[in-house]
Formats: sequence, structure tokens, C-alpha cells
Amino acid sequence: MTTLLERLSQDRRQLLMDRSVSGRVGATLPESDVPHQPLPEEGLLRDTLDFPEVSENELVRYLSQLSQLNFSIDHNFYPLGSCTMKYNPKVDDEIASMPGFAEIHPLQPDATVQGALRLMWELQQRLIEITGMQGCSLAPMAGADGEFAGILMARAYHQDRGNTQRNKVLIPDSAHGTNPATANMCGFEVVTLPSDANGNTDLEALRFSVGDDLAGLMITLPSTLGLFDSNILEVVRVVRDAGGIVYGDGANLNALLGRVKLGDLGFDVMHSNLHKTFTQPHGGGGPGAGPVIVGERLLPYMPTPVVNRSADNDGNLIYTLKAPPQTVGRMGAFHGNFGALVRAYAYICTLGDQGIANISHDAVINANYILSRLKGYYDLPYDRSCMHEVVFSARNLKREHGISALDVAKRLIDYGIHPPTMYFPLIVEEALMVEPTETESKETLDGFIEVMRAIAQEAQDAPDLLHNAPHDTPNTRLDEARAARRPYLRWQPED
Amino acid sequence: MTPENLKYSQEHEWVRMESDGVAVVGITEFAAESLGDVVFVELPAVGDALEQFEKMGEIESVKAVSDLYSPVSGTVSRRNDELLDAPELVNDSPYDSGWMLHVELSGDGELDKLMSHTEYQAMIEAQN
Amino acid sequence: MLDTIGVDSVDELFADKQQQHRNPTLDLPPPMSECDLKRYFGELATMNKTPGEYACFLGAGSYRHHIPAIVRQLTSRSEFMTAYTPYQPEISQGTLQTEFEFQTLCAQLTGMDVANAGMYDGSTSLAEAVLMASRVTRRTRVAVLDSVSPAYISVLRTYAEPPGITVDVVSADNPELNEDTACLVAQQPNFLGYIQDMQAIADRAHDAGALFVVYADALSMAMFTPPGDCGADIVASEGQALGVPPTFGGPYVGIFACKQSYIRQMPGRIVGRTVDSQGRTAYVLTLQTREQHIRRERATSNICTSVALIALMSTVYMAANGRHGMRRAAELTYQKAHYLASLIGGIPGYSVVDGGVFFQEFAVQCPMPPSTLNERLLEYKIIGGLDISEQLQNGMLICATEVNTREEIDAFAAALAEIGTTV
Repeated sequence: MTTLLERLSQDRRQLLMDRSVSGRVGATLPESDVPHQPLPEEGLLRDTLDFPEVSENELVRYLSQLSQLNFSIDHNFYPLGSCTMKYNPKVDDEIASMPGFAEIHPLQPDATVQGALRLMWELQQRLIEITGMQGCSLAPMAGADGEFAGILMARAYHQDRGNTQRNKVLIPDSAHGTNPATANMCGFEVVTLPSDANGNTDLEALRFSVGDDLAGLMITLPSTLGLFDSNILEVVRVVRDAGGIVYGDGANLNALLGRVKLGDLGFDVMHSNLHKTFTQPHGGGGPGAGPVIVGERLLPYMPTPVVNRSADNDGNLIYTLKAPPQTVGRMGAFHGNFGALVRAYAYICTLGDQGIANISHDAVINANYILSRLKGYYDLPYDRSCMHEVVFSARNLKREHGISALDVAKRLIDYGIHPPTMYFPLIVEEALMVEPTETESKETLDGFIEVMRAIAQEAQDAPDLLHNAPHDTPNTRLDEARAARRPYLRWQPED
Repeated sequence: MTPENLKYSQEHEWVRMESDGVAVVGITEFAAESLGDVVFVELPAVGDALEQFEKMGEIESVKAVSDLYSPVSGTVSRRNDELLDAPELVNDSPYDSGWMLHVELSGDGELDKLMSHTEYQAMIEAQN
Repeated sequence: MLDTIGVDSVDELFADKQQQHRNPTLDLPPPMSECDLKRYFGELATMNKTPGEYACFLGAGSYRHHIPAIVRQLTSRSEFMTAYTPYQPEISQGTLQTEFEFQTLCAQLTGMDVANAGMYDGSTSLAEAVLMASRVTRRTRVAVLDSVSPAYISVLRTYAEPPGITVDVVSADNPELNEDTACLVAQQPNFLGYIQDMQAIADRAHDAGALFVVYADALSMAMFTPPGDCGADIVASEGQALGVPPTFGGPYVGIFACKQSYIRQMPGRIVGRTVDSQGRTAYVLTLQTREQHIRRERATSNICTSVALIALMSTVYMAANGRHGMRRAAELTYQKAHYLASLIGGIPGYSVVDGGVFFQEFAVQCPMPPSTLNERLLEYKIIGGLDISEQLQNGMLICATEVNTREEIDAFAAALAEIGTTV
């Protein structure tokens, strides 16, 4: 028997199609103000559209209630490693929704969108300055899309020189899965590079792997272990000497802002996850933006378009969309995720020169503070100071109390904290990757540390509390095997 | 828990010889347990030729995917299509209803390259 | 905090970094206050000629439609807006359930079995459809009708050629396919706005053992027979028309739908229904072994976003309009476009291309280069159609939707007539 209370809580989860009542509509449309135009023959038209019929009020209440089942940055500390979940200034949302940005059509002539193009040009310049590179294309629509653009440029560079035998891309074993997936999409063979005992690139293995077939290296700096590779200059030298392109995955750019420029280290190309480093409200998983920023060797190959600035005869500055001479092509139908670019540029303007350098300062201190205060409670696979994020391991808890990283993560939810990234990087057993970001206060970090210590204690005293966590969420742990074995991917009428 | 009458490969596949000379192939309970909840199995089609120790398919759990390697050479004569709808059989009954293929052997002496039950048992204990 | 960490200054934490490259100069402007920021960006925004203030007749992949107020209101809720990818399903049911709703609505709109949670945009969704067709058929050529948007063909080349797929642009009148053709790609309505006989094209594809991939305009599917009823195997679409402002081209959301049998070859995020440990219905990211974080170089794609916030905008738009509102929005759009075409057809010097039935846009041959015409139209506070003189001499692709008032349309026709007489 389900109680009334239980039934009501299930009703709140009813899908739109189950809420549908014939004749209801949640939006109004005007009557036609033009003379009636004859419709095409019936045979071309759709019989029915099986869509829900719900009122505006009901739709608002349904989605508002659903929204409250989420954790979010505005409600919870969200130290999700590798995702840089910093607080997003509200003014940037307001700016991005200005009609002069939100309503302009992507195919308007350049002369009618000078404000938008100037904004893009200025953002290109800022990104070039921050990374020490020479050119920038804002076209890629996400970090992985930026990776794809970057590796396409490496491919074009080698093809232009007749070096089609260069078919291997080196990728450290700590890399995000997007790196090998990207290299494969570009038609390259992936060679995995091991990390050494300190979490740096294994130089012996690198030297052994480079040769005439080397296309390039994809490397994340700092690495996904939250560590700055102290061999990096040597790594870059070895790859460049062998004729390879050095690609920097900018996922962890937050740690480097104002501290070091990848261009100065000899990188040929990098992407920046604007939605991480330069804020974007993340939206439940996108949109983002993944501009590529390149050094001299790859300038001709940038994806199209790039915003160009010139002066007309009267000395007025004119901004135009241009295709680089040997471009690798179009990443999407238009010019990139402009709305995301507006937010990122507004954020950069707010921070200015000093603010940008403070980001890495505060992000690195915050992560090291957590490292110092949780060391001893959780295993630290690489016992050295970290950059903007710290990777712990729950292997001690697993061994001694049968508590996994997953259990720790789920128990954090009971304390109102979003779990860290789990089981990544793959080379760390029972990994828990914590990235506090620079926007969190010492008080928030202290609260997190207290909770993490309490959970380590609970692992000893009351392991079931962790195994069964979370306890007070709208759903307890899910049967993910069932979801994958019998995929049920849309509403169906027999429900 | 590991049946004594089977032969085993390094990659945790088992082979059972039927009286009609057909080899039945599956994965061991140890492999199924290490994978966790099996959610999908991709197997070769009936009629496909297999090479001993070469890739013959894939097996997926919720968050991992592993290659399956054929323990013998030969031609697939039957496939356990029940696994398409109920991949959990691999977890629930790895040596019985969780079988994967029937193979008509083409190679000679290949069974000698496989491990006995005692050898396999020793290998997984060493791995543990 | 430095004491706790055990260092005297933050520089010690950065000591790893190669000395000569540490703390470079950063040549950036000083910080802006919120007040300055709004003023500066306000100035940039007003430098643009903005549709709304200007009558706008551009389409070609990005369309202006009325967006109900609840779209922005609901998608601005910070619970949706400031959450990340729903990796922890127990605290992400809001995002997961709305993504499941999106998948349902997209599957029903396209007439297909299933849809994923969203791609970057319509053009990359189409590119991924082609990559998937190649995986499914294990063939390495793709035939694209020459009536598909040149911009989409160009995106297709970017993504398809590097992994070794050859893109053949074939005649829409008589598409040539061979035994290597993985799929035939058509656009509905085609680039010039006209409705084609999809079933006939589907048969050509299937006769050659190839899949039929359709890029379909999103709103048109509420009115015209959807691709799922005309033999499509994979459907890509641009979700922008459904509740998303044009925003100078992005962010948008790509719709990706296909037949049930291909789900394990799909790219992108997919949400599935399951139960929790207490037997209650719940939603979770599923079939994740396809994805880059597990399968790495063998993943179906490197994509890791589903552009969830934009997908949510489209979800709210589709749900609010519902069964009848969607059809009405489409028919109103049809009415406005056809009224405009009837006016332009009567102006001396202009001719509307007779390409059959069209939905919201159509091609016009103008008495002068469209770039010149468009420049003159600005004086009338009108942003004209797209210059397609590369495809059609003095050709302009013109679009009208339900947001274009009769006044705007009449003024546009009058301006075309007036400028036309000056040739």
C-alpha cells in the first residue's frame, strides 16, 4: 500500500505526456494578420503531433519542482575536480541577454554587427595575451571541439609539408578521455605515455616513443593529477625536436593564469574551456565554448571564422569575419557560441590584469589548504604540493573498512556538498579529485574539511551509513545496470 | 567454484568440449565478478571465423568495456542470443545459461595451449 | 592558510615552474566595476543593428520566433542554470528528468524511435549522424545532395574527412550512390527552402544499402510529414528555432534522433529511466560505455556536453506550445512567408524561384546584387535576406516567420519595389 504522501511525491515526478489534458496550452500566439494563404496538399502534411497539452501554470510548477531536485553552485559547495565549478557573476547573465547580443542574426552583414565583432576581436586579443600565443579562433563550441580543431591543425600542418607518415599522437595515461577520442576522430593512432612515480611525464618513455611518425603530443598542464609537470620544458623540446606539434589541453588553465604562459613554454596550440576558467553557468552540462589559441606555426590553419581588425580610409576601425588562408574549416554552422563568449569576456573585463593573476593565486592556495588538512585522513598518491586541485585516494578506507570512493562521495551528499570527481584520473585507485576553485571562502573549505574528516571516522564506526548513502535525497542510489541493460530512453504510451 | 572439466584461457574465457566435438565458450565467474554487472555483450555472428586468442567481441558493464578473446579457432555455429536481452545471465550463471558461443574447431592441438582448472585457479589466486 | 600549508608565500607552490617563465607580464586593461561593465557592454550592444528594432528577413539555419516568457524564466532558475553534468543522479534528477523530456519531445517531433540529450548545434549533429552511419554500415563514403546548405556541407567535411570518409556532393535530381556509400544526406526543406519528396530519396538510399540521413528544420516538422515517416534512419535538426534567441549564431542545440537499433552507436549523452534502491522511478545517464570517458580512443565521439541549458529552453518551448501550439506557430510562419512571397512575386524585376512547396523561406532573383540591395534596405531599417548569388544569380534567400508583422512585410515589399526601380 502506498500512502497518500508517497503517491503525491510520485505524482510530482509524472512526465509531461502523463500530465497532458486535451485542450490545454501553455503559450499564446497571435491571430494571423495577413490574408489567408492556401495550405499545401494534405499528403505533405503531418497527421498528428503527439505532444503534451499542459497549461502555463502547470508547466511552471512542474519544472520549478523538478529544478529543486538538483544540487547547483548557487546552492551547494561543488568541488568537482577538473570542472572548475566557480561562482558565476550574475551581471554576466544580464549582459549576455541584452537584445543587442541575444537578438542579432548570425548572417547579418559585418557592417551591422560591429559591436559583436569588436567584442569577439577583443576577447581574441585577451586570450592571446593570457596564454602567450599569436592567434585565436573562437569558433569551437566546447572544450572537446577545441581539441578537435587543434589536432586538425596539427594534421593540416604535417599534410602541408608532405609528412603524411606522421600518424601518431602521444597522450599521457592521466589524460581526459576526450584527448584519445579526439586524436582518433582526426584519424591518428593514439600512443599512451606513462606517468613517472612523481606524476610527471616519463621522459624515458617519451624519448622512446618519438620518431618520424610523430604527429604531436596532447598534454594537460597542470596534469589531471593537479600537478605541474616539472619536466615540461624537456617534454616540449623532445616533441618539437622530433618534428611534432605540442598541444596543450587548457582544462586546467585556472592554475596558470598570470603565472605562466603556455606560449612561452613552446606550446603550438591550446584550447581554453571558457566555461571553466572564465565562467559560464554550466547549465546542467553546457553550453560551453572552446576557443583555440595558436602559436606561429599553426596560424594559417585556424578554424574559420576569425575576427580581423583593420582601418578604413578615414581611420575608422572595421571588424570583419575572415577565413584563415589554409583553414581547417568550419566547426559549426556559424561563428561559435557567441553568448558564451560575451559572458567570458565580461568576466575577463571585471577581473582585469590584477584580478586574472589572483585567480591562480587563490585557487592554488585553496587546493593546498585542503591537501594539508586532509592528508592523513585520505591517502595522497603523490605526496607533493598541488596546483588548483588535489587528488586523494580512498584506497586506505577500502582496504581497512570496505569503503569505496563512491561511498565517500555519496555520503558527502548527505552533508549538502556536491561530491568530488570520482575514479578519475584512471591511474589513481579509488580516486577523489577535489577542486575548490578560487571563489570559495576559508569558512567553506573548513566546513568541507570537517565533513571529510567526519566521513573518514564514520567509515570506521558506521560503514553502513556510507554504503547506503545518500539518505535524504529524492532518490536513493540508482540501478544503473538496469538502465543500461534495458534502455528506456523516452516516454511511451503504455506507461 | 571453477568447474574442473573445462579448459581456461589467460583472458578468463572457458571452453567445454561437447561429445559431438563442438566447443562451448563463455567467460569465467572470476571475470564476470571483476567486471561487475554485465549490461551488454557483443558477439560474432553465426558463420564467423574465429582465431585463437584474437578479439571476438566486447563485454560491457555500467562503466567499463572489455574485449573478449576467443580461446579457440573455428567457426561460430551457435550464438547465445538470450544474452542480448538478458546480459545478466553472464553474472548469474557464467558456466551454464551465460554461455556465449558454440564453435566448430578448426585448429589442431589448440586445447593444449589452454589451462587446466588447477592452473587457472592458481593464476587467479596469484592475481588476487 | 599559508601556515597550514607550510609555505611562506604562494610563490613556493609555483616553484616547480621553470624560473625563466614564471610570473610573466600581463598586458591587460585594469578591472571594471559592474557599473562600468554594463555601460561598456551596453555600448557594444548598441553598435549592432538589432532585429526587433530592424525588421529582419534572414533565416538559413537561424530563425526568429516568439519565445514565451516562461522559457527564460524557467531556464534562469539557478538550480538548472548553475548545476553541472548530472554525474551524481541522486542530486541531479531535475536535470535528468528534463533531459528525458527533451529526448521524448525530439523523438516525437522527428517521428523517430529515440533521441539523445543534445549536440552542439544542428550542423555538427548532422556531421555526427554521418559518422554514425559510417560506423553502422562500415562504409566510408557519404553522398550529400547538392540542395543541402553549403555551410552544413562544409561542416560535414571538417568532421568526416579526417577519419577517412569521402564526401561526395551528388545531384538532388538523380543522386548516384555506390556500394561504398554509407549514407545519403538530404535537407528538408532544402537550402533554398523547398519541400522535397523524402520517401523517393529514402528509397534511393536504401536500394544502395545505405542509410538515409535527414537534416530537418525543427518547426517545419510540426506541420509537414516528419522524416521518421519517410524512411529516415537518422535525423539531425537545429533546436534553435524552438525557444532559443539567435544570439549571433550560438549557443544552440543539435537534435539527434535515430532508430532504436542504432542506440549503441549514438554519440552524446543519453538519459534512461530506471529505479532507485527503493524501487522508485528515477533517471540516469546511460549507455555510457559509448563515451570518451570510458571508451577513450574507441568512443563514438569526443563530445561531452549536451548543451543542457539550451536543450531545456527548447523543452520548455515545445511543452508550452504543445500539440496545437506547435502546429499553429508553424502555420503562422507559413502564412507570413507565403504572403511575403506573393507580394515579392508581383514586384517588377523580382522573381520568386518556383521550387515547389516551401515553408518559411524561398529564393528570389533580384534586379541587382543582393549585397547592394541589402545595404540600401538598411536605410529603411530593414535587414534583408541572405545573399546567395554564389548559388543563384542575384539570388536572395528570404525568410519570414510569425514575428514579422504585416506592416513589416508590406514595408519590405515596398522598399524592394522602390529600390528596384533605381536599377
